[in-house]
Amino acid sequence: MRYGYMPGCSSHASSVDYEASTKAVAKALGIDLVEIEDWNCCGTAPISSVNPEMAVALSARNLALAEEQGFDAVVTACAACFNMLYKAWDNFANNPGMRKQLEEAMSDIGRTLKGKAEVRHLLDIIVNDYGLEKIEQLVTKKLTGLKVVPYYGCLLGRPKSNFEDAEEPNSMDGLLAMLGTEVLDSDFKARCCGSSTIFTKRSYMLRLLHDILEDAQRLGGDMIVVACPLCQMNLDAYQTNVNSAYGTSFNIPVVYFTQLLGLALGLSPQQLAMDKAFVSSQKVLNRVSNL
Amino acid sequence: MSAPAEYLREEELDHNLIYEVASFPGGHKIFSCQQCGSCSGSCDMAQDMDYTPRKMIEMIRAGMRKEVLGANAQWLCTTCYYCTVRCPRGIEPTEVLYAVKSIGIRDRGVDPNNDSPKFYETFCDTVHKFGRQHEPTLMAIYAFKGNPLRLMGFAPLGIGMLAKGKLGLAPSRVKNVDEVRKLIDRYRNKV
Ligand code: SF4
Ligand code: SF4
Repeated sequence: MRYGYMPGCSSHASSVDYEASTKAVAKALGIDLVEIEDWNCCGTAPISSVNPEMAVALSARNLALAEEQGFDAVVTACAACFNMLYKAWDNFANNPGMRKQLEEAMSDIGRTLKGKAEVRHLLDIIVNDYGLEKIEQLVTKKLTGLKVVPYYGCLLGRPKSNFEDAEEPNSMDGLLAMLGTEVLDSDFKARCCGSSTIFTKRSYMLRLLHDILEDAQRLGGDMIVVACPLCQMNLDAYQTNVNSAYGTSFNIPVVYFTQLLGLALGLSPQQLAMDKAFVSSQKVLNRVSNL
Repeated sequence: MSAPAEYLREEELDHNLIYEVASFPGGHKIFSCQQCGSCSGSCDMAQDMDYTPRKMIEMIRAGMRKEVLGANAQWLCTTCYYCTVRCPRGIEPTEVLYAVKSIGIRDRGVDPNNDSPKFYETFCDTVHKFGRQHEPTLMAIYAFKGNPLRLMGFAPLGIGMLAKGKLGLAPSRVKNVDEVRKLIDRYRNKV
């Protein structure tokens, strides 16, 4: 299977740490992620709000590029890119009217789309294609003593997904347990972090963030683990806003699953860009495993 | 926000609205809504909305164009898709609300004090320019376009992001950006 990697726009800015840890982990595991040449913005929620068909067409271009470049699957670590690319793939495969429209739009820009490349999320590739048994053999440092709250958010499993459940997502759970952590089950694991609505309706979104953080704290979690750049940014960078709005004093690190996987594979926090987060995870990591 | 009319007057209703919404991807099943309220009951934002997702759907069916486009519900929707996966009739309220946002932006039917359309259009303009999103450009234009106080709101976060090296300073560009522009123009003119 040839994986065409779609980094997504935030990989160059707010999620440089996700990007760095994704690349480092892929290298350590020997997974070949080749960047899709000339990929564009997936369309995401703000563009879907201007025109949903426009957003689907933007994603379709990425699928066309991946096919042209001989990839079997488009792989992304961003849940929002995954959602949009999957929506384009699904519309092309299952909605004849949209298929025709997308074929026309692609031919207008000199591209062709046949719907051959699948759309996959990195978490799915790591857990289901590569597999926990193979990873376990490469683990050099168990993360024993670390209590983690996996937080999945919306777009890995909803509205449609080829690997994750809409209501009870669990792909990270097994992986994190295998790495030696104690996995805590939050009722808020599939709730919404506010996504890009944080930019326009911030005061309303703080309530959503507060509820997720509070549950993680109630469970005694040392950190929250995510698989989406928006979930990370909102829960991490706006944690002080939540604290001032609600009179709380949350100080919960929000890390990417790739970062914990990387630590267990023997990579350093620096190699995994763990210093980029607003809430530092250093203290927690020092306590549990001297990382 | 306009208060719901106590009595609907036929001459104020637009019976085309539902067909317009139904023409959007995922919008066509709206006719089979049974008003069960599963969508509203699943919606984390319903408590802050002037009309819940269930009400919005009924108002679209009734043809209450002005009230629908002027509502805050669609702008508070975080597109979490809970309503969509739980609707027993296969309706996709998330996509219905995308349609309502899109029609509102096209028709300028939104309250001018609502910043959301400006943000979404600026997002679109930035992708038109580079082919990809560039957060600093987006923030700068968005703040500049309307209320400069907005920039103040973003400043603390922006400075934090900058200090963390999380603000990609040089925009990353698509080589064949013309293709992206063509796609955006194709749909922008159409909606
Ligand atoms: S859940 Fe579906 S059928 Fe029930 S009110 Fe909402 S849209 Fe209508
Ligand atoms: S997608 Fe929007 S309307 Fe539906 S449940 Fe989520 S926030 Fe509410």
